[in-house]
Amino acid sequence: MDYEVIVVGGGHAGCEAAFASANKGHKTLLVTGSIDKIAMMPCNPHIGGSAKGIVVREIDALGGVMGKVADKTLLQMKMLNFSKGPAVRSLRAQADKVAYPKLMQEELQKHKNIDIVEDLVEDLIIEDNTIKAVKLSNGDIINAKAVILTTGTYMKANILVGDTRTVSGPAGTRPSLFLSDNLEKLGFKILRLKTGTPPRIQRDTIDFSKTKMEPGDDKYYTFSFDDKPYYKLDEQEPCYLTYTTGETHKIIMDNLDKSSMYGAIQEKLGTGPRYCPSIEDKVVRFKDKERHQLFLEPESRYFDDIYVQGFSTSMPHDVQEKMVHSLPGLENAKILRYAYAIEYDAIDPRDLYPSLETKIIENLYTAGQINGTSGYEEAACQGLMAGINASLKIENKEPLILGRDEAYIGVLIDDLVTKGVRDPYRLLTSRAEYRLLLRSDNADLRLRKHGYEVGLINKRQYNKLVKKEENINKIIEELKELTIKADKKMTLFDYVKRVENSIFEIEDKLSTKYDYLELEQAEIIIKYEGYIKKARKEAEKMHKLEDKKIPENINYDDVPNLASEARIKLKEVRPLSLGQALRISGVNPSDISILSVYMKRYFNDNR
Amino acid sequence: MNDTICAISTAVGVGAISIVRVSGEDAISIVNKIFDRDLTKMDSHTINYGHIVDGNEIIDEVMVSIMKAPKTFTKEDIVEINCHGGISSTNKVLELLLTNGARLAEPGEFTKRAFLNGRINLVEAESVMDMIDAKTENARKLAMNGIEGKISNLIHEIVDKLYDINSNIEVNIDYPEYEDIEVMTESQIQEVSKFIDEKLKKLLIESENGKIIKEGINTLILGRPNVGKSSILNKLINEDKAIVTDIAGTTRDIVEGQIRVGGVLLNIIDTAGIRETEDVVEKIGVEKSLNLIKDANLIILVLNNNEPLTEEDKKLLEITKDKKRIIVVNKIDLETKLDTTGLDVVKVSATKDIDILKDKISDLYNLEELNNKELTYLSNSRQISLVKKAISINNHLMESFNSGIPIDILEIDIKEICETLNEIIGESYDDKLIDRLFANFCLGK
Repeated sequence: MDYEVIVVGGGHAGCEAAFASANKGHKTLLVTGSIDKIAMMPCNPHIGGSAKGIVVREIDALGGVMGKVADKTLLQMKMLNFSKGPAVRSLRAQADKVAYPKLMQEELQKHKNIDIVEDLVEDLIIEDNTIKAVKLSNGDIINAKAVILTTGTYMKANILVGDTRTVSGPAGTRPSLFLSDNLEKLGFKILRLKTGTPPRIQRDTIDFSKTKMEPGDDKYYTFSFDDKPYYKLDEQEPCYLTYTTGETHKIIMDNLDKSSMYGAIQEKLGTGPRYCPSIEDKVVRFKDKERHQLFLEPESRYFDDIYVQGFSTSMPHDVQEKMVHSLPGLENAKILRYAYAIEYDAIDPRDLYPSLETKIIENLYTAGQINGTSGYEEAACQGLMAGINASLKIENKEPLILGRDEAYIGVLIDDLVTKGVRDPYRLLTSRAEYRLLLRSDNADLRLRKHGYEVGLINKRQYNKLVKKEENINKIIEELKELTIKADKKMTLFDYVKRVENSIFEIEDKLSTKYDYLELEQAEIIIKYEGYIKKARKEAEKMHKLEDKKIPENINYDDVPNLASEARIKLKEVRPLSLGQALRISGVNPSDISILSVYMKRYFNDNR
Repeated sequence: MNDTICAISTAVGVGAISIVRVSGEDAISIVNKIFDRDLTKMDSHTINYGHIVDGNEIIDEVMVSIMKAPKTFTKEDIVEINCHGGISSTNKVLELLLTNGARLAEPGEFTKRAFLNGRINLVEAESVMDMIDAKTENARKLAMNGIEGKISNLIHEIVDKLYDINSNIEVNIDYPEYEDIEVMTESQIQEVSKFIDEKLKKLLIESENGKIIKEGINTLILGRPNVGKSSILNKLINEDKAIVTDIAGTTRDIVEGQIRVGGVLLNIIDTAGIRETEDVVEKIGVEKSLNLIKDANLIILVLNNNEPLTEEDKKLLEITKDKKRIIVVNKIDLETKLDTTGLDVVKVSATKDIDILKDKISDLYNLEELNNKELTYLSNSRQISLVKKAISINNHLMESFNSGIPIDILEIDIKEICETLNEIIGESYDDKLIDRLFANFCLGK
């Protein structure tokens, strides 16, 4: 049987990719090592978080599935950074590790354009540098017009605990042993990365009275712009806060040599994420910190596991026991699953175009941890974009490439293909230069039209957006005309502009009743007008450089006077524009002006 | 870009030797064609005696420096020909280079190449141009400060502080629930903002002083006919043999000469057009005289001790009253008929001695202090306007801060300050900036 699109891997990237392609009407095959592990959450039990929560909303705005599935299965919802400015607010749900994958699996199986097969892909069949088919480990060859690799941490996966190294995928699954070698043969540069996960504790062995309760918000939120909340505020599951002790730190320091990260395993290790250090890393690096926070988080309503956020480690089991029992409230805790680290192969994402198509093989796309990222949301959004762009490619349409001023997704993909990765890439708010434009509250206003254009957002959803836009404009216009007498007579617009005033104090002066979200949007636009304009201006500057396209066939060896580091980096990345070139580390403004001069000459000569 | 450029790098016609500089891939081979020894066999960074020849004709006896890439000013091969002074032989050498394949350098092109090849940063590039322009020892010292990166250091210091704040704010956003990380507080931002304000304002003031040192004080000698303006001017000139006659830059149109008083230049604004007239103010029109006065940093208003104050004198006193001025009462060796009650004046006899006037100028500009101080200063208006911009964004930051804008939004201002300051040292990219910058450079270096 032939397919239009084959998605290899059923994690968060794979699910989005399969839905995007299938919802765009393409016959899609999802190949997964095990069907009941589809959309599994092998690490933390969150969907969202700082910056990541905004990505989930962006996925929803574009027509992806993560937000809706999370909304329907969550245990707790929080708006992070609520006390800070609107630009940095972000939703985080405690996801149910049983309910979330189950719902995702059901939706996939229901979809008329999606078939699922349980097997591993061993090799890719290439003709004329174009993907033609995949070869399964059972020897079957399945043809497709486009293939999306979302192999997660499975390529040559090794589980590390203390001084032991086991060939295995997460939670005892089968690793993919041959694919990365075959990718390397095709010319891909292979990276070795590593990530870790903390121990899981049996809930009823924890004395929560020694910890601090961390409930969900008492206000309803949803990731999705379409769905109403499915949870009840008072039925949210709380998390709990505890701390490491002096005793914990002593155990760690005494046993450092047994940690696989600190030398128990001498062979070359993958690079772990800087932003998510292991507890031994934290204790060693921040010696003067007396204690570190640990969050005890429920993983599901359907089983007993408590996840110890902040306690990932690669110590052997006996040391982990001692460490866990040194924590307040966990003196008698029973460990259900020990912490482990996983090491895996990834490709260098600089081998990708911003569409996530590989530069080496046409119609081959990669998304998620295979591209060196970390996190469910980072994976999901790449899966969505790869699914959209693979579909657009076989429809002979231009790819959808989101700008850095348009979406965190745009920031993430541009970072990956331009800068590459050293350690597993996590999205951070600081990675976005124009984050005042990239808010949680306006993801639909930013991206729904793209979703509509590519066909993942329907007419009804789109009309809802248009109506919202109109209403926001109406509110602003009306506020400019109405006046109020505060300390002096002023327009309501100027009144709302003042930081201390709220639009909800004066909403009854408006001619019609507007939706809460519309009023909130108008208020943000009014209050931060000056800064929003500033951000737009900066973004325009970037667009000017972005518009200066570098000819595809440029030979950097012919460009005189480039600094040698810049020459090497430019040859590696082959940026599409001067804007992208400037973001490459090691390429300096002076190299850009040399390049710019050369390009002027190049174009003149070719005119 | 990689063609070979050449230019006369020393001031034309002045000095015992002239240097013709050649830079580019073919620098050595081109010079070799007009040199009577084989330069291709010479080691890098050597100076070689020989003759510049045009066929069999010897043009000049010269020393030729060979400097091979990359350890040169432009990071390209450089050859410098030290000719005997004199316009004609130097020009002939240049001509020979041009006919043998070199191209005449555009203004500032050597420095532009040094910048583009990563040899120097933007501030340093500008400082090099200042060095060439430096007319006094103090100005040279200031230019050296720029080259050694004092300004870059100051800017890096400020930018580093701001980066620290921003990264802290970012961490607070990305890890909102972690107590381990210090929360960036409003008072910390306020403190740094104050620091920046002080540093930048200080830099501005020093820059203004620096500007005086570098560009000189635009001085207008004003007065009715026959009050002795010329004799005062002549006396100033005679006291100092180092008069510079050809002035570059923006003051070209109005300056007729430069005089050095102490370590500082006075640019004498040309009042030729008004000297011969009957009624100064009437004749030139109020507007023009106001313009001349506006352009001046310093007015030396000359009155005649031997005559009572005229209407014309009063008008001149009136229109210069808000300017930095020195009222000179001349001809004190003659009978006093002038009533100077209420005026702060310097009394001289220009036929004898005007030291008291020079002292007054020195006092006025605190020249003593300027001469000795290690100034950190910005050398041109582009840099100064960027510092002013940074100060104004910093003000905006404080205003927003006081009106309760959240810290994570204030960060936008902080980032903009960084970018503005980085622009001064050329660490952010602007196509036009670089074009504009190098167009301002003079030919030959």
